[in-house]
Amino acid sequence: MTDPAGSAGKGARGRTRMPERPPEVRRRDFDEVPQGLSEEQARLEASRCLVCKKPQCVTGCPVGIDIPGFVELIAEGKFEEAADRILLASALPAVCGRVCPQETQCEVKCVLGKKGEPLAVGDLERFAADWKRAHGTCPLPPPAEPSGCKVAIVGSGPAGLTCAGELVALGHGVTILEAFHKTGGVLVYGIPEFRLPKAIVQDEVDRLASRGVRIVTNTVVGKLDTVDDLLGEYDAVFLGVGAGAPMFLGVPGEDLLGVYSANEYLTRTNLMRAYDRQRADTPIARSRRVAVVGGGNVAMDSARTALRLGAEQVSIVYRRSRAELPARAAEVHHAEQEGIAFHLLANPTRILGNDEGWVTGIECIRQELGEPDESGRRRPIAIPGSEFVLDVDTVIVAIGNRPNPIVPKSTPGLETTRRGLIMADPKTGRTTKERAWAGGDIVTGAATVISAMGAGQAAARDIDRYLRSPKPRAWPPVGAARAE
Amino acid sequence: MNEIVSKRRIGPDVLRMDVRHPKLARKARPGQFVILRVSEDGERFPLTIADADTDAGTVTLIFAVVGKSTMLLAAKEEGETILDLVGPLGVPTEIERYGRVLCVGGGIGVAPLYPIVKALKEAGNDVVAILGARSKDLLILEREFRAVTAEVVVATDDGTYGRKGFVTDVIADLVARGERFDKAWAIGPVPMMRAVSKATRDAGIPLVVSLNPIMVDGTGMCGGCRVIVGGQVKFACVDGPEFDGHQVDFDALARRLGVYRDKERTDHEVCRIGLGRR
Repeated sequence: MTDPAGSAGKGARGRTRMPERPPEVRRRDFDEVPQGLSEEQARLEASRCLVCKKPQCVTGCPVGIDIPGFVELIAEGKFEEAADRILLASALPAVCGRVCPQETQCEVKCVLGKKGEPLAVGDLERFAADWKRAHGTCPLPPPAEPSGCKVAIVGSGPAGLTCAGELVALGHGVTILEAFHKTGGVLVYGIPEFRLPKAIVQDEVDRLASRGVRIVTNTVVGKLDTVDDLLGEYDAVFLGVGAGAPMFLGVPGEDLLGVYSANEYLTRTNLMRAYDRQRADTPIARSRRVAVVGGGNVAMDSARTALRLGAEQVSIVYRRSRAELPARAAEVHHAEQEGIAFHLLANPTRILGNDEGWVTGIECIRQELGEPDESGRRRPIAIPGSEFVLDVDTVIVAIGNRPNPIVPKSTPGLETTRRGLIMADPKTGRTTKERAWAGGDIVTGAATVISAMGAGQAAARDIDRYLRSPKPRAWPPVGAARAE
Repeated sequence: MNEIVSKRRIGPDVLRMDVRHPKLARKARPGQFVILRVSEDGERFPLTIADADTDAGTVTLIFAVVGKSTMLLAAKEEGETILDLVGPLGVPTEIERYGRVLCVGGGIGVAPLYPIVKALKEAGNDVVAILGARSKDLLILEREFRAVTAEVVVATDDGTYGRKGFVTDVIADLVARGERFDKAWAIGPVPMMRAVSKATRDAGIPLVVSLNPIMVDGTGMCGGCRVIVGGQVKFACVDGPEFDGHQVDFDALARRLGVYRDKERTDHEVCRIGLGRR
């Protein structure tokens, strides 16, 4: 039922607030923080949508979801249809509804945001996806006629899963090869349970399997099979291997016991479930006071995880100011609510330890911001004599990842940038190696789940075009493809 | 796949398992390892590949029961499967015709040394192998080594077999006799590798060691297995596990190996006395 007051009324009515568990309760367990909209709340919020003739929100979505379409269906109470509308464009709606930075993508373009608050697109996406998961009965439309072609997808993170979903719907035989013992990539090892329940990721993967996607775990491409081996067996290969090789600070004391990369800390906690100290064999430090170095989502996730693992005091150390923090504003907010301290404009100089080799503190030096550097962000400059020490027993380094070298090193003809990222056409995902496509963090460097999904989607469509085109098939150089 | 085709006890706390994984058997090279998981709540842990049989499609794992995970693995019987097995990981040993090479194995380190010795011999090297153990009943694979090379010297700490003493005593004997070696390998407990590093450095023999840090993923994405070699941080799982034995910071490695000792001790004890069985 839409708002009888009309569009002027819609804009004036405030955005429905997502209910969240209170910080004092949620900071000690791994359950989700936002609790989801109720049916009534969802319909109310959905009815605020102006259903613009030329929707700007869609242009902000990396996978092109029909946002006004699904929102209108929610307003009409047709919840499963809304979810199915999203599924036409996005393979992982329950995931995106939770981790997408809608505030910088679709919501930022919402016309309602000009005078009031933008439509809560993310909350509505999550609502529809969760509703279908809990109550839905409609299967997806059947895949197209079998093409007889086989595609290998390396990596079961967001790029690979999306590519697989698109290709199987288009009628191709798809096999996903995953290095870990569990699928999901960063969705499972990186993003904590309290932001993205693993049961949800498993359901999305199961849906792909039920569509006929073959999934093989415990397979490291570049070690057990090379990409050339795969190209001998499959018609096309998509590389979605992620940017997984942690960067360290390079400061003295980094070899002390109690220093972790965020990747290790999160992999132990999330993938290996070390938070369940009673059940899981995988150990993790019993930290009392923790410093997390970095300012992105991974740093926030690490800090909030450390709290939930029982730390009394957790701090973020970030070298620029609040305005430059790369993390989602909502996650920074959640971290602050949970009592995490922020030491902004500070950078570590060294990590201190005792005679037994354990961390006892981290020395930092205050920063001020100078002229912008190559990244466009203002350059932090150390203020001499401003050192201070944080008393901690654990340091988590969350300053980013480099591309994992296993695939590039074992694949002749696959050109990489100086930094080791795979060179791929931004529109099609084609690499310099014939019949090999790539997308996600291994091409762009660490970015978002949704941009990896967009890359997987674009590559799938190009792979489909390529496989259906008559032989002999051209393989333009990566630069030339850009000009098309 | 991952089926335990054969299981044999080859020492008081040492087992040998042949596991079916035809592709892994074909691809494995000396010096490489696998990461396994034995139960759903279990940890990921590495074991070196001691041998591979491409006809039977099996890889051989030889391991000592030192904690909960190896205890759970040891409890598996022929016909059962290992939950997760991934490999081959790590950079393979650089096998060339070096000339006369010295291969030193201590305790369970003798197992990963075996495929390296075989490959070096096949490449045309003269191979002298030193096998060390605390006592006679803890010595493993002597027969297998003697089938590969005639020059095998055994040393036991307590003198119950072979020469009484450490592997470094044997190295000293050889050097004193005027023996020259073009290259050496050492695999074993950290104190042993550290001692061999010193002995070979003093004797001017280039040394390769195979390191055994704690690992989680095994593919270079977590940095948990980081070691310091020549002052630089390297990941044992993707840069190693073999490194220049004269550049390795053994003290740092020893420290990092002890980081979870409390939990390891408790878990092992609980497992041993049968509590917490699932």
